[in-house]
Amino acid sequence: MSAPLLDAHLLVDRGGFRLDVPLCVAAGEVVALLGPNGAGKTTALRALAGLLPLTDGHLALGGVDLDRPSRRAWTPTERRGVGVVFQDYLLFPHLSALENVAFGPRRHGADRRAARRSAHDWLARVGMAEHADRRPRQLSGGQAQRVALARALAVEPALLLLDEPLAALDARTRLDTRAELHRHLAAYPGATLLVTHDPLDALVLADRLVVVEEGRVVQEGDAATVTARPRTDYVARLVGLNLHRGHADGHLVRVADGLTLTVADRLDGDAFVAFRPSAVALHPARPEGSPRNTWAATVAGVQRHGDNLRVRLDGPIGVAADVTPPAAAQLRLAPGQPVWAAVKAAETHAYPAG
Amino acid sequence: MSAQRPRRVTAAVAVVAALAFVVGCGGGSASGGGSAGAAGTVTVFAAASLTEAFTRLGRDFEASGGTAVVFNFAGSAALAAQVNQGAPADVFASAATRNMATVTGAGNADGDPVVFVRNQLVVAVPKGNPQGVAGLADLTRPGLKVALCAEQVPCGAAARTALDAASVAVTPVTLERDVRGALSKVRLGEVDAALVYRTDALAAAAEVTAVEFAESARAVNDYPIVVLRNAPNPGGARAFVAYVRSERGRAVLAGAGFRAP
Amino acid sequence: MTRTHGVRARRRGAGVPVALLLPAALGLVFLVLPLVGLLARTPWATLPERLAAPGVLTALRLSLLTATLATLLCLLLGVPLAWLLARVEFPGRRLVRALVTVPLVLPPVVGGVALLLVFGRRGLLGGWLDATFGITLPFTTAGVVLAEAFVAMPFLVIAVEGALRGTDGRYEEAAATLGAGRWTTFTHVTLPLVAPGLAAGAVLCWARALGEFGATITFAGNYPGRTQTMPLAVYLALETDVQAAVVLSLVLLTVSVAILAGLRDRWITSP
Repeated sequence: MSAPLLDAHLLVDRGGFRLDVPLCVAAGEVVALLGPNGAGKTTALRALAGLLPLTDGHLALGGVDLDRPSRRAWTPTERRGVGVVFQDYLLFPHLSALENVAFGPRRHGADRRAARRSAHDWLARVGMAEHADRRPRQLSGGQAQRVALARALAVEPALLLLDEPLAALDARTRLDTRAELHRHLAAYPGATLLVTHDPLDALVLADRLVVVEEGRVVQEGDAATVTARPRTDYVARLVGLNLHRGHADGHLVRVADGLTLTVADRLDGDAFVAFRPSAVALHPARPEGSPRNTWAATVAGVQRHGDNLRVRLDGPIGVAADVTPPAAAQLRLAPGQPVWAAVKAAETHAYPAG
Repeated sequence: MSAQRPRRVTAAVAVVAALAFVVGCGGGSASGGGSAGAAGTVTVFAAASLTEAFTRLGRDFEASGGTAVVFNFAGSAALAAQVNQGAPADVFASAATRNMATVTGAGNADGDPVVFVRNQLVVAVPKGNPQGVAGLADLTRPGLKVALCAEQVPCGAAARTALDAASVAVTPVTLERDVRGALSKVRLGEVDAALVYRTDALAAAAEVTAVEFAESARAVNDYPIVVLRNAPNPGGARAFVAYVRSERGRAVLAGAGFRAP
Repeated sequence: MTRTHGVRARRRGAGVPVALLLPAALGLVFLVLPLVGLLARTPWATLPERLAAPGVLTALRLSLLTATLATLLCLLLGVPLAWLLARVEFPGRRLVRALVTVPLVLPPVVGGVALLLVFGRRGLLGGWLDATFGITLPFTTAGVVLAEAFVAMPFLVIAVEGALRGTDGRYEEAAATLGAGRWTTFTHVTLPLVAPGLAAGAVLCWARALGEFGATITFAGNYPGRTQTMPLAVYLALETDVQAAVVLSLVLLTVSVAILAGLRDRWITSP
């Protein structure tokens, strides 16, 4: 692989919070920075855009240091060639859609006519040509999002930053806009960093995921790897898996005091065990026969989950289980009720935690 | 203003005066008027040029067994208007007969006013007279900055009379609203000369030299004083007027630069 | 309330609590009554000839000119100052903000004296200005503008700073990501965003400058055609002729209210 377009190690200290995120994005690649609220995603984005200086580390774009405190290298935001689509778009309210998009080209030296022509092209590309004269307050959320994208792309940045680009949209618009955004990002030749807490956005739009928690990268890889082998509770919950860490000895993984799970994989040492909520069976009494992975649990809560019900269980390990409504009715599930949980070894997936 | 319902007007003025007093911005307005009704005080509305002399006289009057005196010093025109609007004053001392006439004309004086002092103009110049101003004619010198009072106020009218009498055409840089304004321009060095009252120049003797000139005799200001018809304390008012006109009073006024009538 | 008493809500004034309505009405009366008093005492019969009296038009023209120039001066200096106070963290910012309000607290006459002590013939800068550039400010129309600007500037700075604080600073960040430097961002994004606050501040500033009296007469003196603005003319007229003063006040009020109402309309209807 050739040298990445964006090569950064973002180190920012801010009043007790420390961001420490190495980040490389190749030209044409879309990387999603995924993490819960407060993980430092926005801090990383602001540092990349030059709205926040690094404390240490470095940030290079196309081989040029934009921010490297140790060498006192610093390029201000307006000269970085970094485009940003902000979460609430921040379209200038006093300018029309066209003028918003023309704003960047004008600042980059285009004369008024050239800037407007370019803005028109970009608006046409995002399907907003007929709304060129509208003010931001006259645009719907989805339309504003598209204008914001056109505005960021119109300066042809080397790096495009998207801050929760779909978070402000309602569910229906989000679906359409996501698909469309995917199309535009695929056509965009620069590096794209997408900041989001929505796993679906990340999975659909990004080639690679970088998961941050509490300022650190906890997992990185393509979507298939990350979803198949989550390494933190957060990722596991994002992809809908039960995840437990334990100590493996052959086919046995001890995940809690008094609970050792039998797994299909064979491994030794620290390990993760993952299984889907639908793999967890619930019984009113200790099941007959020989399923080895059974334990006594207590119902902590019941919620609708698609067509099924998702049951949260307390016990030696906290687990989510999906049951059908008839089964739930039969079990008379209610918080506080004791049940027996069972997972077949074949439905588990174990992998090293080291 | 008709004198048909002075009570209500008085009450209104008292309220306004009290308000002004409370919020502490009563500059120039009827400050001190609020206590006028109290027994044993005399409220004196006096022209601003009498400030130093009357303040001293008031203290002497109190010390010599008289009642307490409360002063309201302001421009004579403003005072006359306040009196005619029913302000609770006992005595009115004006710097011009014209303003006194508006009070007597409205029937607000008790008896006839008497002229108790006279004032006349001098040329006030910065201490030591650096420009060597010797008389009115020097005021036309090019480059010499002169302040006069506006003709609408007594010192301005007097200056006009004096200048006309001397056939001198002065182009002032400013026409001040009162004699203190003109004098302060000299004190701050913004003008080289100003036509002001002798008393004012004397009060500022530390910074200002007074140059007398012959034509000032043609523009003498008479200061009349009178007890007001609606005086809350007519006895005290008469005693104060008598004290002003006594030998002791005349001495204090002469010390301030006033001439006897 | 609207849901349960739909019929009542349709009636005029319904839903406005008396506790607010009463003081509001009193406040309005308090503000308008002096105007009524002025109108009641206006000598309508002799109004035309009084208006035609020499000096009235001169003073009015000078007032409008100096108030407008003072407002421009305040915009030129006050908007950057407001921006600094709203957007830049620097040591002593609280103190600077307090200093900006000094002219509000200072009696205008004292302000005028203070200006003399700086720009006067013997002032801190006045002597140097005169010796170097031959500029003297006291007793000149420029002096009037200076005095008015001194007194009126806080109104502009406070209004614009408030407007700046009320706008989302991230618009400026967005402008930076699009390649706009700080100055371009200021002129193309920040100023348009605070335009309503700016307009309100400029109006307050202009109105205050128009009514300025104390600092003007102290610093610039009073001379017809050069430094005698309407408030000075009113004051002096008051000394001799109350009716003339009433007429002058009325002229000043009418012209200023007409201008302000006209401007307001324009701003509201502009897109």
